[in-house]
Amino acid sequence: MSGCSTIDRREFMCVAAGCAAAAMGSCSDLTHSAFFRDHLRELTKTQLDELVGELESEYSERFGREVEVGTTGPMKGVELAYALDLSRCVGCRRCVYACVEENNQSRDPQVHWIRVLEMDNERGIDFEHADAYYDAEQVPEPDKFYLPVACQQCRNPACVKTCPTGATWQEPDGITVIDYDWCIGCRCCVSACPYGARHFNWSEPELPAEELNPKTHILGNRPRTKGVVEKCTFCIHRTREGRYPACVEACPVGARKFGDLHDPDGEIRHIFENKRVFVLKAELNTRPRFYYFYGA
Amino acid sequence: MLSNVSLRTRRILLAQSLCGLLLAACGESYANSAISEVVSAAPVSEAHEAGPDQQTLEVGPPPFSEDIFPCTDCHDPELEVRGKKRELKFEHTDIELTHAEENRWCLDCHDGADRDMLHLANGDVIPFEESYRLCGQCHGDKLRDWRNGVHGRRVGFWNGAKSYLLCVNCHNAHSPQFPALEPEPAPFRPVRTP
Amino acid sequence: MIVRAFINFSLGSLRLILRGGWLYWGWVVALLAMVGVGVWAYAGQLEQGLISTSMRDQVSWAYYIGNFTFLVGVAAAAVLLVIPAYIYHWKPIKEVAILGELLAIAAISMAGLFVLVDVGRPERLWHLIPFIGHLNVPNSLLAWDVIALNGYLGLNVVIVTYLLFSFYRGKHPNERVFTPLVLLSIPAAIGIHTVTAFLYNGIPARPFWNSAILAPRFLASAFCSGPALLLILMQLLRRFTRFEIRDAAIWKIAELMAYAMFINLFLLGAEVFKEYYSNTEHLIHMRYLFTGVDGHDSLVPFMWFSVFASVASFVLFLVPATRRNPITLNIGCVLIYSGVYIEKGMGLVIPGLTPDTLGEIYEYFPSTTEILVSVGVFSIGFLMFTFMVKIATPIMLGEFRQRQVALGGAAGSPPLAQENAT
Repeated sequence: MSGCSTIDRREFMCVAAGCAAAAMGSCSDLTHSAFFRDHLRELTKTQLDELVGELESEYSERFGREVEVGTTGPMKGVELAYALDLSRCVGCRRCVYACVEENNQSRDPQVHWIRVLEMDNERGIDFEHADAYYDAEQVPEPDKFYLPVACQQCRNPACVKTCPTGATWQEPDGITVIDYDWCIGCRCCVSACPYGARHFNWSEPELPAEELNPKTHILGNRPRTKGVVEKCTFCIHRTREGRYPACVEACPVGARKFGDLHDPDGEIRHIFENKRVFVLKAELNTRPRFYYFYGA
Repeated sequence: MLSNVSLRTRRILLAQSLCGLLLAACGESYANSAISEVVSAAPVSEAHEAGPDQQTLEVGPPPFSEDIFPCTDCHDPELEVRGKKRELKFEHTDIELTHAEENRWCLDCHDGADRDMLHLANGDVIPFEESYRLCGQCHGDKLRDWRNGVHGRRVGFWNGAKSYLLCVNCHNAHSPQFPALEPEPAPFRPVRTP
Repeated sequence: MIVRAFINFSLGSLRLILRGGWLYWGWVVALLAMVGVGVWAYAGQLEQGLISTSMRDQVSWAYYIGNFTFLVGVAAAAVLLVIPAYIYHWKPIKEVAILGELLAIAAISMAGLFVLVDVGRPERLWHLIPFIGHLNVPNSLLAWDVIALNGYLGLNVVIVTYLLFSFYRGKHPNERVFTPLVLLSIPAAIGIHTVTAFLYNGIPARPFWNSAILAPRFLASAFCSGPALLLILMQLLRRFTRFEIRDAAIWKIAELMAYAMFINLFLLGAEVFKEYYSNTEHLIHMRYLFTGVDGHDSLVPFMWFSVFASVASFVLFLVPATRRNPITLNIGCVLIYSGVYIEKGMGLVIPGLTPDTLGEIYEYFPSTTEILVSVGVFSIGFLMFTFMVKIATPIMLGEFRQRQVALGGAAGSPPLAQENAT
């Protein structure tokens, strides 16, 4: 914890709600309640472990399965980055649904963290004429190419800047994360994101128990509630263990690449050196960590 | 109490308490926050050895169709090798060669003498597990990319030993062009609430 | 002594609210009914989630935030009365300046309520309180807006309470306390609407909003819309109470509104020129507003009505003859209010988000829940304003005064003849 002496918010709120506390029982009951919990970044290791225990038992009970909520931190010196080969993507959307399953997204209302845009070969990258709802028998369709878009994990994230409560922030390894219990659902970040990457839970997410991915991370794919924002976290529960995100593994044509920017032998470095990368909406100075290139 | 303290000290104290207030209001520094506790990195992937042809990589098994291997079950090494390019009429008629078929045919890749092996342009005979060296003769840029993990589907660990798929795990060597796929369903359009 | 006086003041105010003719009670009951409907609709929204609105990821801010923006403008418009009253000491407006401040209080309260009904987790709004929660200053404009709006609300509440309580006790407000507060409310009013404009302005992802001209436009449109309510109110007060409001005050306000509307129209023209002449990709947002895109044209009739209403009201307020004629004046008030209401709500928030960042057009229209909740919030505001005016009017007229007890009167002040009365 930082050196500054801080007002322990839980104690403050405990005192402030003194009457209610007296009526409802011991103060410690209230501190366990999610309502009074501090921002995730304020918690000590012990408090965090306690919270994880609560969350795991809550989820396990709700879904009838053993759910694990990880808190793995960022790897030292690692900056994660992504590269997508536009010459290979065929628009099959396998990544979209692999992500849905891996990250426990709501089925109804439907939440997709990845959006695949079909664009014209003649126009090139032109969002005004893009179509996310293409419904062909077979892809790729003639004269079209495909551009999947998800959170770009920008180095200069507009969403982090604009969040009034600091519920979203960027971790040292480059992943922009959300404290789902701190978010007030004001949707400033949804307005601020130039890539349409942030998604709001307009109602209670529907997640069938048999489709749950029980291996979760507190900042990533743990089950969310209505009224909060969510987005791609580079499969934080996988990537912080050194694994590829689900979309990378799902892509049947190998269009998706992922790794540590600083690894001289890694895929991302190779792509920087041998291919020509670009980013979307570069003029907005978001400096994404998600690159696009043409591999063929 | 404060009257004993010098003006300079009082100013410093004031500045510090204002800083403290500001930090408390705006949120303390989260550099040491427990949730973002840094873990030391696992070993990064080992460097590749030099030498394009000599290097072999650990790959998955070749995708043989059932009972097709070993080829020498049918192809007796003692039999005469007929090297002239022709259309096969009796066996392997299901194979459609659409891979530089103008200029090449079966025995340009499959070794005539030992059908359980492939051969390179310089005559070297290689097993099916090293078929990427054969593909890499013409598709050198793809081979380089593939070795670096940039071509082809990646599974496993970005941080650690890489696992590789053979070219033929994804590309049918006789007809390598990817077939068109049926896409997964389009997302639902947003619907207004009345 | 003062505490007892304040308690009596409060009780007396309560009595004032509860007494009125059938017109007053009809109005209050109608408002209460609408508040009830709004609360019922909001309860449904709380249970279902915001899916009961028509907002979706593609258009994530809409009717609630449009109303919020408009109402912040109305609150800022109080400054249009405060400046002539307290800077230029122009007596006709000085008498009625308090009405502007009362409107500001009601408007800010409504704006706050619209934020409350718009957020996904209203029980977590305490996260915005500095020290207890975590307010992301200096980065987040919404965080600054929280400070600015609450500050302005607090300032106006203090000013109004102090003023009315002083008059109630038969005393003149202490100039050394009062004047600085009132003068502070001028930059504060400009500040709240500038911060709200910056909230939109500072989002480069939405090029329709990312225009430097947005803050001046907001202020100009605020100054020409807010006072329209006051003009109507002042005519009503003149008719139904003994409040003497000079024509000069009403006409001066209308004249100032005309100038503000001119600036508003000029700035709108500047925006239109820039988009249509430069003809970049960003034009599509303005095209969606004025002509529709690919058959999506639900906003077009509203926008053109807004332009017509703005221009017509500008002319009506500019020309002295129509400004002074009560019929054309009131028509002008309705036109100017509705014109700016459409422009700030539909004309700002929706086209900024349509098409969305990935080029998709989702045609938004408020759902029944949104309309009912908004009606409820507006009714709460109107109710607050009604009650405040019901209390303030007798005080300003000298009819509601502290009853002086023979022994307990303040030293040196003459005993006042009248008791608490409506």
